[in-house]
Amino acid sequence: MSLTADQDTLAQFRKTYFEECTELLDALQSNLDLLTNGGADEETLHAIFRSVHSIKGGAGAFGFTALVCFSHVFESLLDAIRERKVEANPEVVGLLLRASDALTDIVNAARGGRTLAADFGADIAAMMEDALGSASEPGPASDAPIAAETKVPGEHRYQILFNPHAELLKKANEPLLLIRQLRRLGGLRVDVDTSRLPPLDRIEPEGAYLGWRFTLDTGVPKSVVHEVFEFVEDDCELTIEAERPATSVAAPEAAIAADDAELSVKPVELAAAAPSQSIRVDVDKVDRLVNLVGELVITQAMLTEQSSLLPPDQYTVLIQGIEALAQSARELQESVMAIRAQPVKSVFARMPRVVRDLAATLGKEVRIVTAGETTEIDKTVIEQLNDPLTHMIRNALDHGIEDPATRTAAGKARQGTIRLSAAQRSGRIIIEIADDGRGINREKVLAKAQQRGLVPAGAALSEEEIDNLIFLPAFSTADVVSNISGRGVGMDVVKRNVQALGGRISVQSRFGEGSRFTLSLPLTLAVLDGMVVSVAKETFIIPLTAIIESLRPRANDIHPVVGRGEVLALRGEYVPLIPLYRCFSISGAIKDPCRGIVIIVQSEHAGRIGVMVDDLIGQQQVVVKSLESNYGSVEGVGGATILGNGRVALILDIERLRIADQPASNPLAATGEAASIVSTVSREETHHAA
Amino acid sequence: MQPDHRSKTNTLGYDSLDRAAVGENTQQFITFTLGAEEYGIDIMVVREIKGWTATTMIPNAPAHVRGVINLRGVIVPIFDLRARFNMGLTVTTAMHVVIIVATGTRTIGLLVDTVSDIISVDPKAIRQVPELGLPAQDQFIDGLVALEDRMVTLVSLTGLFDSHVREPAARNVPDQTAATMAA
Repeated sequence: MSLTADQDTLAQFRKTYFEECTELLDALQSNLDLLTNGGADEETLHAIFRSVHSIKGGAGAFGFTALVCFSHVFESLLDAIRERKVEANPEVVGLLLRASDALTDIVNAARGGRTLAADFGADIAAMMEDALGSASEPGPASDAPIAAETKVPGEHRYQILFNPHAELLKKANEPLLLIRQLRRLGGLRVDVDTSRLPPLDRIEPEGAYLGWRFTLDTGVPKSVVHEVFEFVEDDCELTIEAERPATSVAAPEAAIAADDAELSVKPVELAAAAPSQSIRVDVDKVDRLVNLVGELVITQAMLTEQSSLLPPDQYTVLIQGIEALAQSARELQESVMAIRAQPVKSVFARMPRVVRDLAATLGKEVRIVTAGETTEIDKTVIEQLNDPLTHMIRNALDHGIEDPATRTAAGKARQGTIRLSAAQRSGRIIIEIADDGRGINREKVLAKAQQRGLVPAGAALSEEEIDNLIFLPAFSTADVVSNISGRGVGMDVVKRNVQALGGRISVQSRFGEGSRFTLSLPLTLAVLDGMVVSVAKETFIIPLTAIIESLRPRANDIHPVVGRGEVLALRGEYVPLIPLYRCFSISGAIKDPCRGIVIIVQSEHAGRIGVMVDDLIGQQQVVVKSLESNYGSVEGVGGATILGNGRVALILDIERLRIADQPASNPLAATGEAASIVSTVSREETHHAA
Repeated sequence: MQPDHRSKTNTLGYDSLDRAAVGENTQQFITFTLGAEEYGIDIMVVREIKGWTATTMIPNAPAHVRGVINLRGVIVPIFDLRARFNMGLTVTTAMHVVIIVATGTRTIGLLVDTVSDIISVDPKAIRQVPELGLPAQDQFIDGLVALEDRMVTLVSLTGLFDSHVREPAARNVPDQTAATMAA
């Protein structure tokens, strides 16, 4: 790898480096959490060290000095911890967490090309130096016994020839560190080869002229020795040869100075696990693949449809072939979708920091427990999950968890707990955020709702209904549950974000014991189960998740509401009827509800509504396509798809269905008022029913 | 891009191609007809030309939006250029032609009667539109080109569709302004 690489290549490397950093920082974070929760073993420590070490290595190559300096101190402390020179007590772990946060900030600053304050992280670095310093001083006293241990005969003897190139030094690698690392593996004899050293007047200050020959007696396999040189392999001549098992230990005096002979000789079990077989692929490429497979499935559906018209006895082979094709196409589609699926871990891993930062600000003691991080969900969903999740965690901390004094007074543990879990249940992902805080104060919520005219005075609401009032827009900035000012967006925005993902949100709460928010999300946004319906000559798709039932109403169940269309009496409840032909100004449709079909759907903002169509055609899985990219958004339409016959069908957005006031009028003027009619009708009628 | 066999005049002949090859500084346009009028559109924005196929309606869209079609898996809206020019809706037949064009990040289709020619025009020969006292129309037109015996109107895609694809037909604009003033 040459440093004369042109700018593009360098930019590409930088991009890759920062992508890796993101992953490394995520891994660092989750391993540190493991350490905090006491679930850490030797390997966790090594993994933590490796993360920081890799970040430092790349930072050196790209000349991010601040990053190198900080990660160097961080790395030194981690090294001391895994060498057991520094004890990983809660204080030190806390320091590590702060250092990891600071490291994240420095990496982000480097990525964005921003400069942080010159002394950024200096305090943490100094604390880490202190932690290191206090540990290394008593060292020499305990030298002797451990040094004896060092002489445990190794099983292997390796001859290592190491001639670094100048690039190795330019990338901020230090041969001395490598030598020290080798010595930790066992007895080491070092011979310096100075033969390449030119006369003084011809020495380039940045050149590399020294070579080394090491004789290592150790118990570790060759791969571990090799791993020491992992980061420098490309920039040096390196040969590692195993000799016959060593019979005698290298003479103690042959080893380099005994200043850190206290180092443990315990064989380091560096990640023996085979590197997981994975490749890094541009998301665009995957998306292109997903689109192509979508095409294939559509074409296949069309072929299937056409083949059903053929006389089976004459075209047996063709029809069988098309059936086989259908099977493969479906499997292909599932496999491609699986590529896009990622564990929710990438989002969950960011939450502990959110909790730490906010808990510190609010003076609360909170820990976060996560479960089910390996649950996989579509990448697009994951990306859009971060904001709602962050907000809900903040909310739980801010409004849910009490301060330590209040908690103690209420007989709870000083430290509050937030549980974040994910699980897959019947084709959907369920994410729960539970806290053991004070819960929702229903009296206060109800009073507020009545005060704001959201609930008629005297209405009897169930506990669940009251809890769900917090999702109403008017509560967004309210001091409903606590007097601490809300941060960022309100729960209504969270709800909208979740709904935009095709998800649902609900809350359960016990006053004084805590609240639990449950998110239910689709596995993917790209495919949707839909009900195909027809209105006159047009075909539409209604998302199956919204549908409760469909029926053909009887005439005496239909009641007109003056000026507000009709409602359908359904088991004692009044459901507003929305004829699709009126929403979409379609002529030639069935106008009498008793001759058409009413599909009862659950709308989040208007409760149940009855969408009236001409006929049901059937259920189908459809690939969601964007209507917006080439056209624009359309009221009441969430997207489009391509049917088996190659025609486009629009997918309804139940939340945005509006009755155009008069079919012939300008559509732009119609939307606003009709919207309020729908929700008012539903609200009033539900309460009459109640 | 292949010449469209339905083209009425079928003048994609050597004559026009030769002229295309000669000019260094010329700009090429695809010409099409709406009724008796001939219009031109910059060849660089044209992606393909296809016959008219049935569309799927878009609810509550302006009259010139004829719906969407599936163009190899991409949802592409089709605009009736005749209606956009306030000359009434096109009565479509299988002989009608859709010109697929790319404007900015969008891909859209223009419904026209026929595609007739490719012409090469020296930019200096493009004339300004004379003042006709129809301000709403001016934004749709980039200029006029006179060929031997005919005149080609160069259509401005940006003027037609860039502000917002779904904006109401131009005739609604004065009404709205009046309403705003009244309010």
